[in-house]
Amino acid sequence: MRALKTAILSAALALGLAGAAQASEAIHLPKQSWPHAGMFGTIDKAAAQRGFQIYKEVCSACHSMRLVPIRTLGGIGFKDDELKALAAGYEVQGGPNDAGEMFMRPAIPADRFPSPFANEQAARAANNGALPPDLSLIAKARVGGEDYLYAFLTGFEEPPAGVNLMAGMNYNKYFPGHQVGMPNILQPDGVTFADGTKATVEQQARDVSTFLTFVAEPHHDARKQMGVKVILFLLVLAGLMYASKRKLWSTLH
Amino acid sequence: MAQAQASKFKNPVVNWIDSRLPIFTMLDHEYNHYPMPRNVNYLWAFGAIAGIMLVIMIATGLFLAMQYSSHTSLAFDSVERIMRDVNYGWLLRYVHANGASMFFIAVYIHMFRGLYYGSYKAPREILWILGVIIFLVMMGTAFMGYVLPWGQMSFWGATVITNLFSAFPIVGDPIVTLLWGGFSVDNPTLNRFFALHFLLPFVLLGLVILHTAALHVCGSNNPLGIDAKGPQDTVPFNPYVTLKDGFAVVMFLIVFAFFVFFMPNYLGHPDNYIPANPLVTPAHIVPEWYFLPFYAILRAIPDKLGGVIAMFGSIALLLALPWLDTSKVRSCKFRPIYRQFFWILAIDALVLGYAGAMPAEGSWLLIARIGTFYYFFHFLVLLPVLGKLERPLPLPNSISEAVLKGAHAKSMEKA
Repeated sequence: MRALKTAILSAALALGLAGAAQASEAIHLPKQSWPHAGMFGTIDKAAAQRGFQIYKEVCSACHSMRLVPIRTLGGIGFKDDELKALAAGYEVQGGPNDAGEMFMRPAIPADRFPSPFANEQAARAANNGALPPDLSLIAKARVGGEDYLYAFLTGFEEPPAGVNLMAGMNYNKYFPGHQVGMPNILQPDGVTFADGTKATVEQQARDVSTFLTFVAEPHHDARKQMGVKVILFLLVLAGLMYASKRKLWSTLH
Repeated sequence: MAQAQASKFKNPVVNWIDSRLPIFTMLDHEYNHYPMPRNVNYLWAFGAIAGIMLVIMIATGLFLAMQYSSHTSLAFDSVERIMRDVNYGWLLRYVHANGASMFFIAVYIHMFRGLYYGSYKAPREILWILGVIIFLVMMGTAFMGYVLPWGQMSFWGATVITNLFSAFPIVGDPIVTLLWGGFSVDNPTLNRFFALHFLLPFVLLGLVILHTAALHVCGSNNPLGIDAKGPQDTVPFNPYVTLKDGFAVVMFLIVFAFFVFFMPNYLGHPDNYIPANPLVTPAHIVPEWYFLPFYAILRAIPDKLGGVIAMFGSIALLLALPWLDTSKVRSCKFRPIYRQFFWILAIDALVLGYAGAMPAEGSWLLIARIGTFYYFFHFLVLLPVLGKLERPLPLPNSISEAVLKGAHAKSMEKA
């Protein structure tokens, strides 16, 4: 038993070291408490729905979400008819028709969210040379995940004395290098939430970070719920195995 | 006319098959009655655990391969389709990605167990050498697997690692061109890496069968490092060791499940969720955690060719380990001085791993250099010399005597 403990501890130590080594290069990010954190955490659907509203009204002017089908929003409580209505508000390219021509048609829930720009060059041309990153996986593609997203969205400020910003750039405390093409886009009451939540900048940053966590990992809740069951099962099985092993080996004297 | 061999199984179908192809006799012999030293501890379960990890990797990998596209313009999106749209695709992929890490954890513990108890010494040299080859093939397989999602770390990791071969004079550049299938890491590279990533696990499976066959010739080592002298020293593999290993496997699966379900991306790098872009280099290119000690050795040497030789040499010297260690005593239990150096080596490996994750500059570079020096010093100088100088403690006469003696009576119950 002692040998096993030592083995597990040393493995844990090695993993801890590796993890710490990877994390230490980041700028210090304040930790937020998220309802979806931890073993029993689930995505706050109301917050994610508000986050989607912000994405739709603010972010999607520049940012694509090209890997995410519209039907994914079923996972945060959109009903089938709501999804159909929502999808119909987007136009996507269809075709070719019988005459061989492409045409625009209303989207259906199986379509992915259309991108604001036709290609990378168009996006850069419209944004002073900067490329607004795709948001499908942004919560998993940044060190710090949703904590980083929240920090970034609330981290715009006047540049400290002595820092010269390049033309068209903005200062952000948490962005690596601090100069970022994206302007401070979240404004108090910049959106009006249907559920009456007051749209402070912090509230909006929280909600949109929750939404982006959901789209990066649409099976988040199912994964953790399955995990609890799997680990409970394995614990019971381990107990039975250990008891049988003890009983068997005790006959060896 | 040849007579069918007489078999002893009750089931007539089994008997019929066995007298023509004695596969049941073989299994009965190797996995039912196979004598295991009765004093083996839980560290001996990691061989079985590693074997089960290989099976899990092949099984999940097969189903992932059915959904994956090995083209640079499709690879990243096809992995995301697995994550979002394939039924339980997220589970398959997270089990496979974290399974690679768990496989390495099991194998590293298995290797250090072999080092501590001298399992590489006569007559187990070939067993050990096969193990080192398994480790090498595993590293190649894992590296190519990490390239497949075609994220930023996939692309840049592939670029850095394949470029290592260009350090060799004359043959270097042709080797790199051959690996790439062109003049940069591109679609042909991804295609051949996928093909090889599918092939190599079956090579591994074959090597594991040889490894097990070699093991069953001389039998398992044990914490005392002395040979079993008869039935009083051993227990039949089934049910004693199957149950014990089974319990260890379940405990290991709990740790594994914890990663898969609650921190599936902890061991990966966030940059690999950004599609590969040959025009943008990530700030730090770091390999997967299980390569970090070797990456530290690579970067510790100021010369490119020297670094590459040191890195490959650090693994190649393990092949010579049975002859580098001159001590006749296997187990560290009876080698009071070597035991301390063993732990220094273990710490050295962890320190090298940490240094490998840090930028190669300033004090981290110095630490990596000291660590690299100790690694080679340990195997090339300490081991040969210590075997001659050290005075080992007296060995017990037999396993059963040591196990059943009063002081050790408890350890048997635990073992």
